[in-house]
Amino acid sequence: MFLFLIAVFASTQYYTLIIFHIDSKTAFQDSVISNATLVACCWLIVNSLSFYRPKGYRYLFVIIWCKALAALGIYILYLAFQHLQLYVGANAYLFELSVPVRFMFFLLFIGSMAVTSVLWYHQEEAKSINLRKAETEKLTKDMELASLREKLQPHFLFNSLNSISSLILSQPTAARKMVHQLSDFLRGTLRKDDALTDLKQELAHLNLYLEIERMRFGNRLNTEIKVDDEALALNLPPMLLQPLVENAIKFGLYDNLEAVKIQISASYKVPYLVVAISNPFDASTSHGNKGTGFGLASTARRLQLLYNRNDLLHTERQNQQFTATLKIPQND
Amino acid sequence: MIKAIIIDDEPLARDVIKSYLADYPAISLVEECANGFEGLKAINQHQPNLVFLDIQMPKITGFELLELLDTLPSIIFTTAFDEFALKAFEANAIDYLLKPFSEERFQKAMDKFLATGTDTHTQKIPQLVEQLSAQNPSQTERVVIKLGNKIKVISIYDIAYLSADDDYVKIHTAEGEFLKNQTLAFFEKNLNPQLFVRVHRSFIVKIDQITKIESYEKDNLILILKSGEKIPISKTGYPKLKAVLGI
Repeated sequence: MFLFLIAVFASTQYYTLIIFHIDSKTAFQDSVISNATLVACCWLIVNSLSFYRPKGYRYLFVIIWCKALAALGIYILYLAFQHLQLYVGANAYLFELSVPVRFMFFLLFIGSMAVTSVLWYHQEEAKSINLRKAETEKLTKDMELASLREKLQPHFLFNSLNSISSLILSQPTAARKMVHQLSDFLRGTLRKDDALTDLKQELAHLNLYLEIERMRFGNRLNTEIKVDDEALALNLPPMLLQPLVENAIKFGLYDNLEAVKIQISASYKVPYLVVAISNPFDASTSHGNKGTGFGLASTARRLQLLYNRNDLLHTERQNQQFTATLKIPQND
Repeated sequence: MIKAIIIDDEPLARDVIKSYLADYPAISLVEECANGFEGLKAINQHQPNLVFLDIQMPKITGFELLELLDTLPSIIFTTAFDEFALKAFEANAIDYLLKPFSEERFQKAMDKFLATGTDTHTQKIPQLVEQLSAQNPSQTERVVIKLGNKIKVISIYDIAYLSADDDYVKIHTAEGEFLKNQTLAFFEKNLNPQLFVRVHRSFIVKIDQITKIESYEKDNLILILKSGEKIPISKTGYPKLKAVLGI
């Protein structure tokens, strides 16, 4: 399109010059050189605008830049013609006469190129900004959804509801109790604030969860919680233990056919609150590559974000027993 | 008499089905099982017409249990939440019940079962398993094998290599060889390609078991495994092997 336009210009110029009784060789060389210079100027303006896009009054610079380019183009033409010995002698005045016309034409054309490219770049920029915005929005939404799903744990929730549905007929009191436990647990889970809580509160919340799970799995699930009294008042981020206990139950129960004991212990080892959660596992079926699970990874990530340390979560497999140990720094 | 078995690891979940089943005097509940191991034993012993099957259970899943059966009873899946599974059920099971389910929903599933008849289905099990795994994008982590009435769970990390053996695949491990009613193509598709490579029409090898490649007669190459066993490499297998080994 652009090249076609230039070709039209060149031929128009050629015929105009012929009309002015200039010999065809000169006319041809003139049109080719003039339009090649014009193309170069256009290329320069378009390129420079791709790196620098003016805002507000700085558009003045673009106009100045266009004028300078047009003047430069004409000067190059002048040098080229001298070099090629065009418009010399009696014809010299013809070039001098045409300079204002040439300059105006160059300026107009370069100017319109500048306007076009500024508009085009703006549009492209807007397009890519919109695209990025849409992507970011989608990502945020996906993350929110994932965290909500994680919080609600559909598998746990629906199975608990199924247990309640089963209890309603046979043990209505137990069913009602389970509804309350489940409600309290969900309320705690959906709590938004991230302020530190104390171990006593965290364990109370954890207990709701464990009681629901014990109801679901009957006597297959046993829990043993050993907590030093002095540890109860220590601080920790809310819901920090939850994913680890879920992991312990999941791998404990789904890796064994027999009854399973989940052990939780907590103590104060200055300056840390130390919590250990352990579950039995079967080394022959659960392989190291897989056993780490999502719960551990997200807990490690959370500790990293909160304390900027990556040595606070430690895991160990020994005697068919998997243990995750947490160290939570205490400020005072 | 129609025989039914419930397989679910949660006692309360079994109770729900049991209480709904009480309205069907023609159906006798012959056994309740808490996992796939008990389930396999009970199915082989009673040859039931109908099985209520949970999916997420200890050691082996409901799907893995199905892989071990020679003839399929009618299956009604009961599950809490398994998106991928839902699609699979539609094609292969009588019905699926999403926990918690109402008595009406249960009756609907039973109507379906009673309408289709109580003959055991002699569906090709490997095909069923293939369909199920096609809808489950995760890679195989373990293989479940039937040894008589017992179940053996093999971690894929313990496999040295797999070989085709008629309609079966022979799984070679340090512990010994095990037969699985499955195709090599299935394993090629479902085993992690960073761990396993198919070097021959009849062989898939665990990459870290390879010690060297030797030429054998003219144009023929063989693999030597850590165990000293020799595996032939085919013309199409060699480029794949070169690609995974980066040579």
